[in-house]
Parts: sequence; structure tokens; C-alpha cells
Amino acid sequence: MTDPAVRFERVTLDYGTRRIWSDLSLDIAPGAFVAILGPNGSGKTSLLRAILGLVAPSSGRIAVLGHPPRRGDPGIGYVPQHSSFDAELPFRGRDLVQLGVDGHRWGIGLPNASVRAQVDRALASVDAAHYADAPIGRLSGGEQQRLRIAQALVGDPALLLCDEPLANLDLRYQQTITDLVAAWRQRTGGTVLFVTHDVNPVLRLVDKVLFVVNGRWDAGTPDEVLTSERMSALYRSHVDVVRVHGRILVVGESTEAGFNLDEPHHVPVAVEHETPR
Amino acid sequence: MDQLLTLLGYEFVQNAIAAGAVIAIVSGVVSRFVVARNMAFAVHALSELGFTGAAGFILLRLSPVFGLLAGSAITAVFIGTLGVRARGRDVVVGVVMAFGLGLGVLFITLYKGYANQAFAILFGTITGVSRGDVLLLVGIGVFTLAALAAVYRPLTFATVDPEVAEARGVPVGALAVVFLLIMASAVAEAIQVVGVLLILTLLITPGAAAERLTPRPGAAIIWSVAIALFCVLGGILLSLVTNAPVSVFVTSLSFACYLVARFVAGPRRRELRAVRAGAGDEGRPAAITAR
Repeated sequence: MTDPAVRFERVTLDYGTRRIWSDLSLDIAPGAFVAILGPNGSGKTSLLRAILGLVAPSSGRIAVLGHPPRRGDPGIGYVPQHSSFDAELPFRGRDLVQLGVDGHRWGIGLPNASVRAQVDRALASVDAAHYADAPIGRLSGGEQQRLRIAQALVGDPALLLCDEPLANLDLRYQQTITDLVAAWRQRTGGTVLFVTHDVNPVLRLVDKVLFVVNGRWDAGTPDEVLTSERMSALYRSHVDVVRVHGRILVVGESTEAGFNLDEPHHVPVAVEHETPR
Repeated sequence: MDQLLTLLGYEFVQNAIAAGAVIAIVSGVVSRFVVARNMAFAVHALSELGFTGAAGFILLRLSPVFGLLAGSAITAVFIGTLGVRARGRDVVVGVVMAFGLGLGVLFITLYKGYANQAFAILFGTITGVSRGDVLLLVGIGVFTLAALAAVYRPLTFATVDPEVAEARGVPVGALAVVFLLIMASAVAEAIQVVGVLLILTLLITPGAAAERLTPRPGAAIIWSVAIALFCVLGGILLSLVTNAPVSVFVTSLSFACYLVARFVAGPRRRELRAVRAGAGDEGRPAAITAR
């Protein structure tokens, strides 16, 4: 039997005095597509940072690609949460992708034909070659996100970590980015951990969801976990999971304080989706 | 013209030009990173506390150049260790700068007959440098450029894309301190030409003008160095001919370079790129190059 791509064994993570989540045990098989869901502030990004070796768990063990997490693991590609670039920054898409190849190395780095070819291949694989020489700060969010994917994949990782890669993108680009990640996984058999607040854009790809709420968690296939019973148990409050037109909506009760879910944007996000005719 | 050639024969002029060239190269390279990392305020603090260091060293009858270096390097360490996160950094800079400048006032008060040397540090002394000073400035310059070359790629990564840099194992926090130290020695160099108060004309303006001229990071550094060389050498020559202080001309030339880059040359070059990009790929480039 092959080792899991990522294994959590009774892992507890604290941030200062705050417990982010406790006693997380989970095996992620190589080649799996795992969606990490949950309200803002529930520690989804911390989970990725723990895998990257940037935060250490308070207890328990994490194994990534068969070894403990370590900083700068070349087996991991990382797409960070949306961050924008200054419009005047003299930096091109191809420079961003090249950082993924040799940005961590010391020295100046002289022009190198094989690095250039590697960057060109990565740019072509996300269909970004035609704007690779434009200043990066003047590209749209979707164009930048394609470059981010190329940057994460250029080093040929086995594990891809994406932190809200669809945030701030319109529907068309959500689809494009999702397709790029899906195609990469198909081609290489790589593993994907995909942090998102809305599971619907990636629902057809997801093997497993990990849902984190207030330090508690639940994991399994979408059909197992995304049910009214399991979600109500997780939120410790009455939650309905509704399936409409092939989409899953997690809806809380409306109370005096608003919704009983601290993530009311589940509803407006779902409303924005077009229904297929 | 003859007058200029005669002047170029003097040793003090040759010294000024040699030192000015080295200082311009260092300033041009470092200013690209200062602009990209948005550290104008930190540069100013390093510069003013360089003054404190120089005043202290003069008081102790030591070399003011080493005093500048010591003052700005100590400040760099303070800012680097107290304010690693960008959001709190300006606050820490302000706190450290206020205290340090107070010390500087104390030092010049204690020193009898400070006026000339203090004025020189505040407004630049390049036409007064000796052959020994030139060697010292070349040494500091070479060391600064070598340090910057050693950290060039990870520093670029940490500047442009800190989240991914950290994930790839780049020591982002340590590099912030290293860059502050590099800035400290660039500041000590540039003060020789334009003085403490006008430091930004060499450590911000060339880098800011350069980014209007090219989207390529390497080319931006070359432009920045070229602009800094033009300003420093042009400033020295104009000062020799007119007898007005060097810093007057350096600041005017660098401001002119910025205006030209921003409003004339930059937009024209960008239009050219739009045309070129449009040739191969219809429908797309407008969104990219316009604005």
C-alpha cells in the first residue's frame, strides 16, 4: 500500500493561546482532490501553513509526502490567497513563474536556456504565454491567478496547495482555474488541497471534503459530510444543506443576530450562480 | 569647455568623479529595491541617524564616514528587529528616528567648532573627498554590491511575492534585516554626494523613474543606475562650472529624470509595447497595456 500524500495523526494546532483545531486525524491519498471548507477564521490557511512547515502543531504528527513537513519542500506547489501587485512594479508574468524555479536560490542567476524553456512550458500550460511579458500589476485578477498556478506547478510538485484560488474571480475565470488544476491532476496524478468557501465550483472534482468549524472538523465524501445532520452536528446549531440544480447550499437559520452561521455569504454566493437551462 | 578640461586635471575633481561614479552605481541598484519594498521612510531614518553617528564620531575625533556607517547600521538593526512586519514598520522607524536624532543634537552641541563638518554632512561634501576617502568609498561600494548580488534572487522573491517565498523556504524575515544593512551602507555612501537631508534624491528617485521605463526587473536596475550616474556626474560637473553646491544639481537632474520618465518617455515606450504586443495577438493586449 502506498503512503498517503498527507497524513494528520491526532494533530492539534494553537495560535498563541487560541486553539485552532484539535485532534485532527486524516489520510489524504495520492491523487486525491480535497476541498477544505469552513467559515473565515476557522484555520483553513493554518492547515496549509502546517503542511508547508511554517507552523508546528502543538501535538500530534503530520507527514507530508512520507516525511515530516519541512520549509521549502520542492514537492509542494503553493498558490497563496489573493494578493495584488503594484501597477508600476517592473516585473512580468514570466518573472513571477521563474521565481518558482530558482527564486529561492542565492546569487543573481544568469540567463539560462533550460530555465527559460521550463518557464515557457509552464506559461503555455496555463495559456498565459501571450501576456507573459506585460507588467504583472496591470493584468486582471484572473490573468494573475493563471500565472500563480503556473508558478506553483513549474517545479513539478506532487502536492498542490491552493488557498482560496477562486476568490475575487468571475464565474468564467473560476471555471478556467478549476479546469487548469483538474488537468494538472489528470496529467500527473498529483494531489490537490483546495481551500475554498464555496464547494460548488469544484464539486465535480472533489473526492473528499474537510469541513472545519470552530476547532471541530468533519471529513468524508461530499455526499457523506454535506448533509443537514452532519453539518448541524458540526455547527452545533440547526443547519440545512440544500441541493438545487446540482449545487450544494449550506444554509443557517436566521436569528436576531443575523444568521446562526458566521458565514452568511454562502447564500448570496449561491444566488449569484446561473442555473443551467 | 577649456575651463572644464583644466578642472578635470585637478586631483580633487578626479577624486570626486571616481567616488561619485561608485556611489551612483550603488544608489541606483539599491534604490530599485527601496522603491519596490516601499521603504522611503526607513531610508530617511537611516540617513538622519547616520548623521547622529557621524556627529558622535567627530566628537570622538574619528572618521565621520565610519560614523555614518555605524549610525545607519545600528538603526538598521533596531528597525529590523523591532519592526519586521510591514504594518508596524513605519511606527518603529519613527520611534527610533526621533530618539536617534535627539542624540545627534546632543553630539553637535558637545562638539566645539562643529559647524562646517555638520553642514557638510547635512548637504554633501563630494568635492572635498581625499584619495583615501575614495578608496574607502569604493571598498564600501564593492562590499554592498557583492552582498546585494548574493541575496538578489531570494530578496526579489521576498519583495514581490512574500507568501510564496516563505513557503519555498526563503528566510523572509532575515532578508528584511540584511536588506536594511545593505541600505545602511548605501545611505552612508550617498550622503557623501547629497548629504543627509537630500538622501531620497539618490535612493528613491532613480528607482522610481526606472520603473516607468521598462517592465523587466533587470532592465529597471540598469536604467536606475544610468539615471543615478547621469545625476551624480552631471551634478559634479555643473557644480564645478558654476560653484553652486553639488546637491542642488543632483536633486534638479534627478527630479527632471523622474518627470521625463513618468510623463514623456514612459508613456511613449508603453505605447510602443502595446503596438508590438498587438501585432501577434488580436483582441487581448488592450486590457493589458492600456491604463
